[in-house]
Amino acid sequence: METGTFRVKAGLAEMLKGGVIMDVVTAEQAKIAEDAGAAAVMALERVPADIRAAGGVARMADPTKIADIQGSVTIPVMAKARIGHFVEAQVLEALEVDYIDESEVLTPADEAHHIDKWAFKVPFVCGATNLGEALRRIAEGAAMIRSKGEAGTGNVVEAVRHIRLITGEIRRLGSLSPMELPTAAKELQAPPELVRDVAESGRLPVVLFCAGGIATPADAALMMQLGAEGNFVGSGIFKSSDPARRARAIVEATTHYDDPERVAAASRELGEAMPGIEIGTLQADGGLLQNRGW
Amino acid sequence: MSPPVVGVLAIQGDFEAHARALRDVGGEPRIVRTPEDLDGLDGLVIPGGESSTMTLGIEREGLAEPLRELARSGRPVLGTCAGLIMLDREHLGLLDVTARRNAFGRQLHSFETDLDLDGLGPLRAVFIRAPWVEEAGGDVEVLADVDGHPVAVRQGNILAVAFHPELTDNRTLHQWLLAHAGVAS
Repeated sequence: METGTFRVKAGLAEMLKGGVIMDVVTAEQAKIAEDAGAAAVMALERVPADIRAAGGVARMADPTKIADIQGSVTIPVMAKARIGHFVEAQVLEALEVDYIDESEVLTPADEAHHIDKWAFKVPFVCGATNLGEALRRIAEGAAMIRSKGEAGTGNVVEAVRHIRLITGEIRRLGSLSPMELPTAAKELQAPPELVRDVAESGRLPVVLFCAGGIATPADAALMMQLGAEGNFVGSGIFKSSDPARRARAIVEATTHYDDPERVAAASRELGEAMPGIEIGTLQADGGLLQNRGW
Repeated sequence: MSPPVVGVLAIQGDFEAHARALRDVGGEPRIVRTPEDLDGLDGLVIPGGESSTMTLGIEREGLAEPLRELARSGRPVLGTCAGLIMLDREHLGLLDVTARRNAFGRQLHSFETDLDLDGLGPLRAVFIRAPWVEEAGGDVEVLADVDGHPVAVRQGNILAVAFHPELTDNRTLHQWLLAHAGVAS
């Protein structure tokens, strides 16, 4: 019996496909998410919108909170570690979380290195804004990728930019001759073997989800039509006026993303969405989370 | 002769991996999200995924009774992991077994191993937060077990396994499905 193989790690992401992974900060929220059809939950100290508002250093959640959430649901429980903070990751593995998100939403602990994810039996998901970044994370052992978007904004524009960049670069690789691939790898700052693999298969070697700014069923369906294989929704659910209902609606729209009538039906009478933030105002304060990660 | 059309339940989960596997063995997969998608199928796959998400989706779409009708018509059904759970007594009630969810534990305990299935042969089995069969009725044939817990069972036209053949290159179970497709009307 072999545990922690890459197939087993990447395989759990396969099982999450077509589903929604929801940020939660309490056991009660986790239960609401599960009852609404979430495929997994992300256990956090604060949702990204509150991390932005609070400022300061954002860290891994308290183990007691993670254990409470694990005790309240039967779906997979993920948790975030700071970029490069391999001891937070060791702690999360000891807690037996099902997936670790090495996340730019928390304050980075290392300005040059990401965690060596091959050293763990628990799988990792990492954020990426472009194909090169995604492939660097996969080379470090990530078993799942999520486009970063801009967490905590309720504004889908950055998520769209990142998924378009990733899928567009994948298509471009497919159009290159074998002779051109080494140069493409150099430009992408990604390992040549992975670049060759993507050029041949026309897809990432792991599952690709989308994150960062999804607030409505239409947002969720948009990301699926643009090539995401599932959605992470952070502040968008529990910062809205009726989280249970919105959560169900986003789950339904993620399943029926290519059926506008179903997305329309899911979008009715959901109450207020989370208040959004214009990206330009964040750029002015240097507050973009997506620039974290190397 | 046109290839057998096999539905893959696509509420959530690794339905695309099953669709690829079905194409590999000469089947024509069809994504199933609503009862109308079940019309004219020769067989069905219920894939891996999150069983609670799938349970809610089947209820939301009104799929339970149409799925039962399809299985009772004698057409072959393959369930993997969450698919096994969906088929058990507490869900669709098509298999006379009680499945225990996440029986092997959290993801840290997910594993792969070699199994030999009675009548179907050896294969590499990938278990991901997998269930096992806790209790099975007399008509259920156990094809393989792990540490004494049944992980592959068959009852008539229904084959259910706790692992993921679709994540490997072995196509034995998808071949079984196709071999039995078109047998019933």
